[in-house]
Amino acid sequence: MILTTLPATAGVGFKPEHFGDVLADGGFGGFFEVHAENYMGAGGPPHAQLTRLRQDHALSIHGVGLSIGGAGPLDCAHLARLRSLCDRYAPESFSEHLAWSTHDGVFLNDLLPLPYTAETLAQVIAHVDETQSALGRRMLLENPATYVLFAESDIPETEFLAEVARRTGCGLLLDVNNVLVSATNHGTSPERYLDAFPLAQVGEIHLAGHDLAEGDGGAPLLIDAHGAPVADPVWALYARTLDRTGPLPTLIERDNDVPAWPELRAEAGVAQRLIDGAAAGASVSKRVAA
Amino acid sequence: MSAAAQARFAAAALDPGAAVPADLAQAGGRAPERRFAVYRNNVAVGLAGPLAARFPAVRGIVGADFFAELARAFVRAHPPRSPLMMLYGDDFPAFVDTAPGLEELPYLGDVARLEAARTRAYHAADVAPLGAAAFAAIGPEALAEATIRLHPSLGLVRSRHPVASIWAMNAGEAELGPIDGLPPEDAIVGRPALDVHVRRLPPGGAAFLAALHGGRPLGRACALARRVAPDFDVALNLSGLIASGLAAAIAPSPCKDPKP
Repeated sequence: MILTTLPATAGVGFKPEHFGDVLADGGFGGFFEVHAENYMGAGGPPHAQLTRLRQDHALSIHGVGLSIGGAGPLDCAHLARLRSLCDRYAPESFSEHLAWSTHDGVFLNDLLPLPYTAETLAQVIAHVDETQSALGRRMLLENPATYVLFAESDIPETEFLAEVARRTGCGLLLDVNNVLVSATNHGTSPERYLDAFPLAQVGEIHLAGHDLAEGDGGAPLLIDAHGAPVADPVWALYARTLDRTGPLPTLIERDNDVPAWPELRAEAGVAQRLIDGAAAGASVSKRVAA
Repeated sequence: MSAAAQARFAAAALDPGAAVPADLAQAGGRAPERRFAVYRNNVAVGLAGPLAARFPAVRGIVGADFFAELARAFVRAHPPRSPLMMLYGDDFPAFVDTAPGLEELPYLGDVARLEAARTRAYHAADVAPLGAAAFAAIGPEALAEATIRLHPSLGLVRSRHPVASIWAMNAGEAELGPIDGLPPEDAIVGRPALDVHVRRLPPGGAAFLAALHGGRPLGRACALARRVAPDFDVALNLSGLIASGLAAAIAPSPCKDPKP
């Protein structure tokens, strides 16, 4: 079982349009993260670029299509593709989501929510076990951004994730933006969620921007759109988390309205300074105003 | 989550007219309709978006609004069966052929075929092109019996319309101009290195390449090409194939069991 971890630096989600700028930059020392499914073709520019990036950077492969939270069995062909991708690039980390995206063979291309019950806990544990066996490596499981809750849920999400990690040995990917999005949408406290989160299992943090939409009855509705810079309240929750965990690998995710490379690099620079502060033993939450 | 509950959620996420699943909680006393709509929108955008990305020339020809409707109808009829969205839409050209409202654009399906071939070429396996020296090494007397393995990125689009010209005009690679009076075109799509190329084939070129692809020896492929194009020029077509970098290997003897 491969147990490698990302370095505690600030990384950026790789966008092909930044490839030339990243090579010309040369000074970026963080890691890159890519969506596994975008690199499942046989060849071409995606592999040429990733092979080149891999020479200079730590790599996180982040799956968005395995449907680990689904009721049905995992797609063996997809597991084999993930295995082959991980064998080819030997990433420091592989991660996937506590969500489902495939039902009855139809792929819905979204991270859909599941109720948290003894039944779904057993399903997710079995799927994480199967994934880790198939890949021969420890994986990280990410907390989702959710918009609805299920009447039958009787396990808090933090407890659910902690139990999956305890039973399978997997690590967790803490998406701080998802914490704020879900808490706002469900009228709960993001601080309390983070206080209950099994931080010792966290192998990576995600930071991203969200959209604010009008919910029903004027209640705020946050959308995990990855189309804006990281919001101030997310920076504050992040710094508060680093105060408790110390330095952790941290990714700036941006998938829509992607800005030029220098802007994303600067955002990663903000995270890097907080990581450095945490590594020096400072309380970094005082540096960030919510 | 039971498979039945997941089936209800998936069906409601795919159908804007359906009721939201009954097993959702009313968080903070708020009805879940508005919140469930976020998933509906994510799913709709997540499935139609990759089609818009893969078929930009088709989208440009019919306009964004018509394309959005066309994509929605395609998603309903052919939802993806794989998480590899970069290759979603292989069935889209055939769908376009018979979609209502496109009778005045009879070439649109072939433009979609060309765009689909471009994406397949982009993601195809990397193979170093075969140079002219490999052909010379076979010797002229053995060349007729030689078989040629074509590059894995190679795609053929045979059309009754000037498909390559229409695509080039709508991909910003050629000046816009009238298409009436342009002859039908067969196009070859390939990626010998990192860039995808589209080229018009000379008369008989498509039949020639299809025969080679089927494992026919070079001499036989020429004969088949002459059947559809009596003025088929073997030197022009062979040098074109070598120059395009889309020959991957050559073997001096025919394969044992060529396709009939």
